[in-house]
Parts: sequence; C-alpha cells; structure tokens
Amino acid sequence: MPLNTASVVIGLSYASLLFLVAVGLSVVFGLMRFVNLATGSLYLIGGYLAWTIAGELGSFWLALLGGALGALAVGVVIERGFLERLHRNELLQVCLTLGVAYVVQDVTRWIWGGDPLRLRPPESLRGSILLLGSIVPTYRVALIVAGVVLAGLVWYLLERTKWGAYVRAGVDDLEMLECLGINGRRVFAIVFALGALLCGLGGALGTPVTGVAPGADIQILLMALIVVVLGGLGSVSGAVVASVVVGLVDSMVRTYWPEASFFAVWVLAALVLAVRPQGLLGRVTA
Amino acid sequence: MLELHEVYGGYGDGLVLNGLSLSVGEGQVVALLGRNGAGKTTTMRAVFGLLPRLAGRITLRGESLRGLAPYAVAARGVALVPQGRRIFPSLTVTENLLIGVRPPRGEQRVRWTLEEIYRLFPILRERGNLRGTLLSGGEQQMLTIARSLLTQPLVLLCDEPSEGLAPVMVQRVAEILHRLKEAGLSILLAEQNLDLALSVADVAYILEEGRVIWQGTAEELLADTHVQATYLGLRVEASEGA
Ligand SMILES: Nc1ncnc2c1ncn2[C@@H]1O[C@H](COP(=O)(O)OP(=O)(O)O)[C@@H](O)[C@H]1O
Ligand SMILES: [Mg+2]
Repeated sequence: MPLNTASVVIGLSYASLLFLVAVGLSVVFGLMRFVNLATGSLYLIGGYLAWTIAGELGSFWLALLGGALGALAVGVVIERGFLERLHRNELLQVCLTLGVAYVVQDVTRWIWGGDPLRLRPPESLRGSILLLGSIVPTYRVALIVAGVVLAGLVWYLLERTKWGAYVRAGVDDLEMLECLGINGRRVFAIVFALGALLCGLGGALGTPVTGVAPGADIQILLMALIVVVLGGLGSVSGAVVASVVVGLVDSMVRTYWPEASFFAVWVLAALVLAVRPQGLLGRVTA
Repeated sequence: MLELHEVYGGYGDGLVLNGLSLSVGEGQVVALLGRNGAGKTTTMRAVFGLLPRLAGRITLRGESLRGLAPYAVAARGVALVPQGRRIFPSLTVTENLLIGVRPPRGEQRVRWTLEEIYRLFPILRERGNLRGTLLSGGEQQMLTIARSLLTQPLVLLCDEPSEGLAPVMVQRVAEILHRLKEAGLSILLAEQNLDLALSVADVAYILEEGRVIWQGTAEELLADTHVQATYLGLRVEASEGA
C-alpha cells in the first residue's frame, strides 16, 4: 500500500507549490486565451532571490517577501513591456514568453551558477514532527498549511470581492465585461501581476525542499501546465483539485519508481482529458 | 444624441455594413428593423468599436466614438443590451448587476440605483443569490436590461430583447421599454417583433445588406403594409387583424 503519511505529506506539499504556480497561469489563460511560458522563470527568480536575500540578511521571512516581490516586478515588466503591445496576438505572445524564459535561464545561470542552491527553513520549521504515527519534516507540513491558506485567500479574492467578480466575468465573456464599462486589460494586468507574485512566492517557498537550479523553471512549468489543463482552464477550484491530484500521484509513483513519475502524471492527464476534455472542473466553452 | 454617418464595416473579407447612416435623437426611441442577417447586431457592434474593419463617422453628442475601446464607449454613456442576453454564468444575479454599477451622471433624469432597479424588477432581488443563468429566459432579459441601466447610460442599444420570450414576457419587455422612454433614455431598438417595436418607437429604419432601405416615423410604417410585407416579409396577417 503506497499510501503512507510521509508520501502524502510530500505530495500535498508539492501540490501547494504547484497550485501557487498554476493558479495565475490558469486565470490569465481564462481571461485572455494566453499561455505565459515564462511562468516557470518567475518561480526560478523567486527561488534565487530568496536564496540571496536569506544569505545576505539572514531572514527567511524577508527572503520570501523578496522572492515574491522580485517575481512581481519581473512580471510587471513582462506585462507592461511586451504583452500590452501584443494584445490578442497569441502566437507572438507565446514566442515572446518562451524567449523570456530562455533569457531568464541564462541570466540566472550567469548570476547564480549551475549548481543547485538550497535555502534552510527558518529555525522554527526545521526538524520533524510526529503526524498520524509517522515522522514527517516540519517544513513540509508548513508548506501544506501555507498552500491551504493561500488557496483560501485566492478563493476569497475571486469569489467574494468586486474585483474577483470582474475577473470571473472576464473569464466568462470578456467582450461583454468591456461593454459594461470595465477595462479588461487593466483586470488582466492585475491578475497577471498577482499571478507572478504567487509564482515568486512559490519559488521561494519551494527552495528549502527542492532547491533551486537551472531547469527547475521548465519542470515546474510543465507540471503546472498539466495542472491547468487537468483542472480546467480558468478554474481556480479546478487548479486546487488538480494540484492535489498531480502532487499525490507524483509522490506515490516516485516512492516506487522514481523515473516514471513524470510519465505517470502525463498518462493521468491524458486519461482524464480523454473522458473530460474540459478538465476536471472546467466548463464546456461555447 | 447618437449619429452614424456612412458607416462601413465587417468581420473579414466582405463588408456587412455598407454606408449605413442613422440617428437617434435625445429621448427618442428608434426601431432598427430588417430580416435576420441584415446587419442590426453588427451596427451595434460598430458603435462599441467591436468590428475588425470599420470606416465612417460615429458620434455621441457630436463627439466621435471611433477608436475608443468598448469600456470607454460605455463610459461616455452608451450601454448594450446584447442579443442572447449574455449573462455571466459564473456570477450570481446580484454579481451580474454589480458588474454594471457606476456613479450617476449629473444630467440624467432617472438615476439608476440598485434601489430603483429592484423597484422596477423585484424578481432580481428575490433571486439575488442564484446563478444568473438559472433564471428563466424572461428573468434573464430583465437582468441584462437592469445590468445595462446601472452603467447610467444616455443611449441604450437594445438588441432583440423579445427574442425567444413567451408572449407575457414580451408584453413585460414592452412595458419596460415604455418606462425607460419616460425616463428620458434614448434607445436604439433592434427587433423582429414589429408590434413591439412600433408600439414604443418614434421612428424606424429598415436595414437590408447593411444599408438603410427605408426610414420614416413609426406611424408611417404602421400604415404601410406594403413596406412591411416587402422589406420585412412578416406579420401580414397580424396587421390585418389589427
Ligand atoms: N462574428 C461574425 N463573423 C463573421 N460574420 C458575421 C459575424 N457576425 C455576423 N456576421 C455576418 O454579418 C451579417 C449581419 O449579421 P448581424 O449583424 O448579426 O445581422 P442581424 O443582427 O440583423 O440579424 C450576416 O451575414 C452574418 O453572417
Ligand atoms: Mg442580430
């Protein structure tokens, strides 16, 4: 029976990171039919900045903040600098964000080198705790808690605020939203920026468990893309469910056959999509 | 109020609007008639700048709307009640309404507050927490009209509001349009239902292939069964009964 507490904790903590990266990707896509292939780069930037800040200032919490804000800044530059000009030109946007991903990978390699860098969790979250009879790393449990809290926060913003209603309406019918006097591109810019912030935060939070190295960007991007497709494009609850599914499957398979985990996740996605092309919680678009 | 002058426009290769001119006066209700595919919806899309190809002059109180983004057109005081209603399915009835809410303009005779809207459409308060698309067709039409009114429009572009509704609901739509006319709103009303259109309109335009082929007052059109039969191809027996 592969279902032991340790691998569930590992799977769920990975799900937290996936959710942070995937949710922005999903809502951005839902709003503007646009895939940001630089999403993984924002995660990478968050991780590296967190590592440096923790080293310089010695504070894990400032490192988290710095990683998130750094990714936010880069996200705003991408959005204001390029995407604004390429509005409704999907092909160019995809090429351009892929280009950004390459540039970011080279620049970060130049600054931080090619070896994996690991951030130590804060004092209070080091070590292990006993959970349901198993010994599990405290930091992993904290990651799960952080994921739940942040998912709740995103849910609240989207479901219970006026701006959230604008975003959902934009995902439903952007043209109608604009005809009612709402500047859809401003909504998009804000969503994009918040998505970047969450990616950076994910990168910073993930560094103590996965480390940060060249290639981490591509890996998290591919996993997040699966989460988005699996959960349903533009669906936040779908992103939550799919993150958990992908995180758990990844960690279960990894326990027994590490090389196959990526493959297993893709097979799972293919199977789900064969039955439900709109994803687990996505709506059929007209 | 709203003027279109020699407007050409379309979606891809061919033109859909071919030199269309029309004008909606202050407080006037203007019927936009014509068979399916004549270009009524496209005319309204042109006003909101939603056509990939567009030429000609479109002005609101003398100021050009050309080149403005749809949200800017809305901010100037144009509102759209779209064909097919286009309620946001992920939003509740109340949220659908809140999307539209803007502060009133000084010059309006009726300020469309939520209170005022609920007085006009009590059902929208009762059903507030329901998803918008779970309402009946008639209720959805009320919702889409209410949502547009909350943007505090000077001109309402109303695209086939009676489409697919039961006769009692069509009657209700007619009452609402009369009420809006009393409130001083200028309205461009695209309709297939000639009775409804002529009961509220002051003047009428008939479109064919994206240009105006007949224009006149509502009385003139009501009296002219020949024009009705030739250009609209409908309702001959109903007009005999009237
Ligand atoms: N999105 C679109 N893309 C291409 N052609 C369209 C589109 N919408 C409408 N048309 C064409 O434009 C013409 C006018 O359509 P429309 O303005 O919807 O007419 P009406 O509202 O009077 O029924 C039709 O021939 C229709 O096929
Ligand atoms: Mg139409």
